[in-house]
Amino acid sequence: MDLDLMVSSFPKLLNATLVTLKLLSLSLIFGLILGLFFAILRLNKNIFVNRFSYVYSYIFRGTPLLVQIFIIYFGLGQIEFLRSSFLWIILKEPYWCAIIAFSLNTGAYTSEILRSAFETINKGFIEAGDSLGISKKIIFYKIQIPIAIRQSLPAYGNEIILMLKGTSLASTVTLMDLTGVAKYIISTTFKPIEVFIVAGGIYLFMTFIIHNFIRYLEKKYSY
Amino acid sequence: MDILAFGNTGWGDELFFATLMTIAVSITAMIIGFCFALIFTPLKLSKNKFLNFIGNSYTTIIRGVPELLVIYLLFFGGSGAVMYVASIFGYNKYIEINAFLTGSFAIGIISGAYSTEVFRGAIQSIDKGQFEASKVLGLKKPVHFFKVIMPQMLRLAVPNLSNVWQITLKDTSLISVTGLVEIMRQSYIAAGSTRDPLFFYSFAAVLYLLLTFLSMKLINKLEIKYRRGY
Repeated sequence: MDLDLMVSSFPKLLNATLVTLKLLSLSLIFGLILGLFFAILRLNKNIFVNRFSYVYSYIFRGTPLLVQIFIIYFGLGQIEFLRSSFLWIILKEPYWCAIIAFSLNTGAYTSEILRSAFETINKGFIEAGDSLGISKKIIFYKIQIPIAIRQSLPAYGNEIILMLKGTSLASTVTLMDLTGVAKYIISTTFKPIEVFIVAGGIYLFMTFIIHNFIRYLEKKYSY
Repeated sequence: MDILAFGNTGWGDELFFATLMTIAVSITAMIIGFCFALIFTPLKLSKNKFLNFIGNSYTTIIRGVPELLVIYLLFFGGSGAVMYVASIFGYNKYIEINAFLTGSFAIGIISGAYSTEVFRGAIQSIDKGQFEASKVLGLKKPVHFFKVIMPQMLRLAVPNLSNVWQITLKDTSLISVTGLVEIMRQSYIAAGSTRDPLFFYSFAAVLYLLLTFLSMKLINKLEIKYRRGY
C-alpha cells in the first residue's frame, strides 16, 4: 500500500469529481426534459407518434452508451452539412458531445420510467378531477404529473446512480473526469489498487448521498 | 456494400468474428457472474454479521463504482496480482494474462453483483412455508435446495436475469479499452483505417441491437417454460 500516493492523488481526483458532477447534473436536466417529452408522446393515441417514441427508447436502451458517444463524437463530424452549420460549435467539443449522448441515453430510460408511472396512476384521481369540472390541461399538470413523479422516484433514483456510473465513459472521449484522471494516475504510477480505493471511494460516497437523498424525497412526498 | 464484403476487401468477416467474440465474452462473463452469485448470495442471506458484511460490501461496491474503473483495476492490476501469487511459488518471470480472460473476469465480477441481488430477492420472496415444509418432511439439505428452493427461485429469477444479461452484453463494449477485439474494438480499427467512423459505429449499434433483440426473443421462450404450472 502506498499511502503517500493515495494522499497526493486525492485533491486531483476531487478536482476531477467536479467535472463528473457537472456532466451528471447537466445530462440529468436535459434527460428529464427529453424523458418527459417522450413519455407524453408514448401516451399519445396516434400510432406514428407513439411508435416514434418507442423506437427512440428501444434504440438507446438496446445499445451500449459507449457506441452512442462514439457515434456522436467521432461519427457526426463526418457529415459535411453539420461541419458547416452553427451546430459545429457544439459538436466539436467533446464535453458537449458527451452531454448530448448522456442526455439522450438517460432520456430514453427516464421516458420508460415516467410512462409506466403515468400508466399506473389510479383512474379515480383523473375521474375525480373531471367530475369537479377541472380542465384536462390542469388535471394533467396538477394531478397526473405530480403523482407520476412521486411514483417514479425509486426507479429514477436508480437511474441517477446508473448515470453517475455512465459519466465515467466521458473519459473515452478525452475528457478528464474522475475516471479519466484515475486512469491517468494508474497508467503513470502503475499502482491500480491505491487509486481504485480513492476514486472508488469518491464514487461510493456520491452514490450514498444520492441514494439517501432519494429516500428522503420518497418519505417527504409519500401519501 | 463493398465495405462489408467478406475476405480481404471488406470488413464483413472481421465484424462477424468480432460479434462472435462479444457473444463469447458475454456468456463467459455471465457464467463467471453466476459463480460469484453462488458464493455471495448465501453470504448476503447469512445470519452471521461478518459474512453478511462481506456479501453486502461486494454488491454495494461493484454496483456503486463505474464499470470502467473496475476494468482498469483488473487490466492494470491483474497481471501484477497473478505475478505476485506466482512469486510466492518461486516463479519470477513476467506473466501476461490473456485479454479474453481479464475482460470476461472483469465483466463477470460486475454481472455477478447484479445476479447476486436477483437471486437474493428471488429466494427471499419464496413462501416461508416451503422452507418449513421441507424441514418438517426431513428432506436432506441438497434435496431441499435443488428440488424445492431452486425450481421456485429460478422461476422468480428468470425475468430479472434477462435484465442482467442485457446489462452484461452492453458492458462488454467497455472491455474494448483493453484491446480485446470485439464489436467495439473492431469498429474502432475499421473506422480508423477507412476514416468512416459514422458508418462503422452505426453498424456496431445495429449489431448490438440485433444481439439484444434476439436474446430477448430467446429469453421470452425460457420465461414461458419456467412459468409453466402457475
